[in-house]
Amino acid sequence: MISRQKLLLSPAAKPIFFVLCLLPFVWLFYSALTNQLGANPAEALIRATGDWTLRFICIALAITPLRTISSTPALARFRRMLGLFVYFYVVIHLLSYSWFDMGFDVADIVKDIIKRPFILVGFSAFVLLTPLAATSFNAAIKAMGAKRWQTLHKLVYVIAGLGLLHFFWMRSGKNDFAEVFVYAAIIAVLFGWRVKQFLKKKKLKSPGNADDAILTR
Amino acid sequence: MLIKTSASGFCHSVPSDITSPSAYQGRRELMKLMATGAAGAALASWAGREALAQSYQKPSKLAALAGGKSGVAGAIVMDKVTDYKDATTYNNFYEFGTDKADPGKNAHTLVTKPWSVAVEGLVKQPKTYTLEDLIKLSPQEERIYRLRCVEGWSMVIPWTGYSLSELIKKVEPLGSAKYVEFITQADPKTMPFVGSRVLEWPYVEALRMDEAMHPLALLTFGMYGEVLANQNGAPVRMVLPWKYGFKSGKSIVKIRFTDKEPRTAWNKAAAQEYGFYSNVNPEVDHPRWSQATERRIGEDGLFAKKRKTLMFNGYEAQVGQLYAGMDLKKFF
Repeated sequence: MISRQKLLLSPAAKPIFFVLCLLPFVWLFYSALTNQLGANPAEALIRATGDWTLRFICIALAITPLRTISSTPALARFRRMLGLFVYFYVVIHLLSYSWFDMGFDVADIVKDIIKRPFILVGFSAFVLLTPLAATSFNAAIKAMGAKRWQTLHKLVYVIAGLGLLHFFWMRSGKNDFAEVFVYAAIIAVLFGWRVKQFLKKKKLKSPGNADDAILTR
Repeated sequence: MLIKTSASGFCHSVPSDITSPSAYQGRRELMKLMATGAAGAALASWAGREALAQSYQKPSKLAALAGGKSGVAGAIVMDKVTDYKDATTYNNFYEFGTDKADPGKNAHTLVTKPWSVAVEGLVKQPKTYTLEDLIKLSPQEERIYRLRCVEGWSMVIPWTGYSLSELIKKVEPLGSAKYVEFITQADPKTMPFVGSRVLEWPYVEALRMDEAMHPLALLTFGMYGEVLANQNGAPVRMVLPWKYGFKSGKSIVKIRFTDKEPRTAWNKAAAQEYGFYSNVNPEVDHPRWSQATERRIGEDGLFAKKRKTLMFNGYEAQVGQLYAGMDLKKFF
């Protein structure tokens, strides 16, 4: 257990993790350049970046439960980077849609949003995520105060829900929800764990409990 | 007012009406050229351009199935033909999975031999045709059609087959037959996703009798000069170029003539989204997205703007009269 902690705390851990998170993007970029995205490259890019956004939401939300269950506090070092990667992939997702599908035609985009409300849901998730990304540096936490900062960042649960709804709605045309349910199940488990922790904490109501600080993060 | 009649005698033409001798001579020269064949050389580049636009790579993957020249209006479009690879790796054929790459990966399990097609219902000559008999029923023709998917993408594919009307004439429909229903293969042993709850199986499609009799409605056995690839609906399918792709049933096992409008697969799944007619129409949007534009697969690159979708997919001159007087917003 100590060795796991040590590994995660080593100076190389963060850069390695950063490169790992960037790999899907590098792979997509390379495939687009070498024309390996199949018959409909625009669709492939938009869908893949959407998938990766959802995956990074799941990974970011898994950090705290994993950290607590496995008693590996060092995992917390990676949470902020993961959150920012969610934002990174959603920005590319939005860019791919506006550029490759809509040709940056604002009138077309507005018409499309009216026609396809699921796009509005996805866009709202992006808008809500923006203040979270913008306040992800230490000075912002200090300026806001930890309590308010935490409250703001609880928005991530709403954002995850909107992301899921966006995906569900998009797939409803094909009555094909298998993949949606996988993401929904993962997010439900991660959220359920937090609810359980919250209830447990309420029950204990012991302010001096040292574990509390970790559990509530 | 001066009204001229034959009684008013010969009226001389105004000078501007008279063909000048040089233009007159010019026409004579052109006709002489035509007669001697010299015009051929002059027109060669123009004809060559046309031939070039319609040449495509023969895939040499499956058994050859050549089609002769078609005399049907609208049989050959001049758009660039889509690559065989794209046409066989980007498909909607839900019996083999809902991802567009799935049919290309999974359809090898489809057994197309032996195959027969039962023609039944309101006809004088019901009959079960073996595939071999059906192929020989009428001369095979090559048709290069646009294919517009309801999802907003399109391809251009050279098909081989003959007008469905040839078969319909042979089986002699009764006067009471108003619709033709196409029932497709639904074998869970060879089609892994039959049984999934996405659609009701078997996949059923249908046409009104006059639509089915239209010469562009193609009973199709081949593509790119070869027999159909499994993922494209082997061994026999319909191709209806003026309708959204899903109207063209794949791997057909039964053709039934009825007096009532059949419920079709997508209509049963979502009636408010998929009507019986499903003609390509840029002015009637799908409830959840616009149909005004489309992306041509393999041609419109990542940075190209989508192209405008044409009324009846560009076949308005040929099929428009089938729907004269109909409110296409109501009968979508």
